[in-house]
Amino acid sequence: MKKSFGGPVISLDRADINTDEIIPAKYLTEATKEALTPYCLEDLKLEGFDPKGEKLDNATVIITRENFGCGSSREHAPWVLEVNDIHTVIAESYARIFRQNMFNCGMLAIELPKSDIDQLMLLEKDSAGTMQIDVKLDEQSIKATGSAGEATFSFEISPFDKALVEAGGWVEYADARY
Amino acid sequence: MGQTTAEKIFAAHLRDEPFAGTKVLDLDRVLCHEITTPIAIADLQWREKDRVFDNTKIKAVIDHVTPSKDSKTALQAKMLRDWARRHEIKDFFDVGRNGVCHALFPEKGFIRPGFTAIMGDSHTCTHGAFGAFAAGVGTTDLEVGILKGVCAFREPKTIRVNLTGALSKGVFAKDVILYVIGQLGVNGATDCVIEFHGPVVEAMSMDARMTLCNMAIEAGGTCGICQPDMTTVEYLWSFIQEEFASKEAALEAYQQWCADADADYVKVLDFDVSTLIPQVTYDYKPDCVKSAAELSGTPVDQVYIGTCTNGRIDDLREAAAILKGNTIADTVRGIVSPATPDIFKQALDEGLIQIFMNAGYCVTNPTCGACLGMSNGVLSEGEVCASTSNRNFNGRMGKGGMVHLMSPATAAATSITGVITDARTL
Ligand code: SF4
Repeated sequence: MKKSFGGPVISLDRADINTDEIIPAKYLTEATKEALTPYCLEDLKLEGFDPKGEKLDNATVIITRENFGCGSSREHAPWVLEVNDIHTVIAESYARIFRQNMFNCGMLAIELPKSDIDQLMLLEKDSAGTMQIDVKLDEQSIKATGSAGEATFSFEISPFDKALVEAGGWVEYADARY
Repeated sequence: MGQTTAEKIFAAHLRDEPFAGTKVLDLDRVLCHEITTPIAIADLQWREKDRVFDNTKIKAVIDHVTPSKDSKTALQAKMLRDWARRHEIKDFFDVGRNGVCHALFPEKGFIRPGFTAIMGDSHTCTHGAFGAFAAGVGTTDLEVGILKGVCAFREPKTIRVNLTGALSKGVFAKDVILYVIGQLGVNGATDCVIEFHGPVVEAMSMDARMTLCNMAIEAGGTCGICQPDMTTVEYLWSFIQEEFASKEAALEAYQQWCADADADYVKVLDFDVSTLIPQVTYDYKPDCVKSAAELSGTPVDQVYIGTCTNGRIDDLREAAAILKGNTIADTVRGIVSPATPDIFKQALDEGLIQIFMNAGYCVTNPTCGACLGMSNGVLSEGEVCASTSNRNFNGRMGKGGMVHLMSPATAAATSITGVITDARTL
């Protein structure tokens, strides 16, 4: 089933956030995705960021920098986002496995150039926590709206990744085809 | 235009190209361990599709936490064990016969030149040492692999790394790969395969080549690949002698997977390693690399020798050569984990285990253990570990712990002095 995208944003303004920071290995012994819910981004040390804070709790979109999701292949990383209703990540770039895991789960890993991310981060900061993202998958565009203004960006997505998002993930897609 | 090794393997395994740039490959191996597979199994059951595409191509091991340490890890092990029994997966390795996946599966002869393999584990890139295309994937890709025997990839570009010159004494494959990652950066090879060439690689044992390929992912690479040669054939010979009339015939067959001379690379990097000295990481990213000499004197609390990077027999020999006749500093806890039971037995036969124990090391059963901070040597807040593993992320070996990556020789020397030490200075 296709997921919903967009919503309130949290910005994680650092490159190379790895999957150990997104979900520490000690929680990989959980046998369900739901059990991961309280541990989202638990080991991420970032100024102004609180893994137990309201901001993360409310957010359904992450904006971040280069190479997001590097390190371990654990799909627990997109899952912990998924069970916290974060279905959209917008970054300068991703580690390959994490990016594929996102699309395989029918989630959106949007890539934007640094200048666009700079602009988004600034708008988010100036809007003091009120920024929202609307995603138009068909048009391959996102619109950011906050108290300090709004901005629209277009993004590229491969037709395959788009098909996975439309199908709701790779298992559904592959099962219908192979 | 000629082809790289990955391009040849992709062409030979192409099942489908649903969209330009997306290649769905047939898989020769789907490898499983108890951390990332159980949720795939549960999901298949939930979808009422609890089937496997081919139980001879699926191999499974319990390696990350073994023997189980608590109820949760016992359940993970049980889910994998029950599933392997249910589907008659013959090559399933449980307590007593199990070892770290990327050491065990090659040792059993499961990986051959030209193969495609996936595993729900980022260091699957290790198996590229055999001239195979082997990639780490998430649980969903693994699940589809188990069910359908296929996996989708963007066709990777290839970075060619030429290693020329010769390694000087006391400098090893680990030092080379740490140096290369330092040069490439943690995302310098994202969506790329790293093909290793040159006389330095040709002179390396399979153990050393696996160390090299193991860390391709630390530069973001999909797979590290070495060119199959006589060393590859010799390693595999006991498994393939029925298939080929002679080693030469096997070599000829395997060399079809070698990159063409006019293959197209996104980048070609030349490193003359003759002047390379032992390397060690600092900070929390594997591309933060300095020489052991620069970091010498940094105190450590624990030394960990083992893992899929450096827990093979060559590695234990290198470490034991330094430790022989020495004892470790009384401020240090030394832990060594031979990566597989066969390596353990070999180390016993050669007297290496005796050397480690005489030096004051704790010898553990083959397991990932402390490498990912789950068992057998988890660090406490503020503690520092000198480790032969591949990842130094913040908290990797235990919350608040710090990890310095290095070769087994450097780790052994460090355990003797209690501070980071270039083994050549002992
Ligand atoms: S030894 Fe460490 S890096 Fe290798 S497979 Fe095990 S946990 Fe992963």
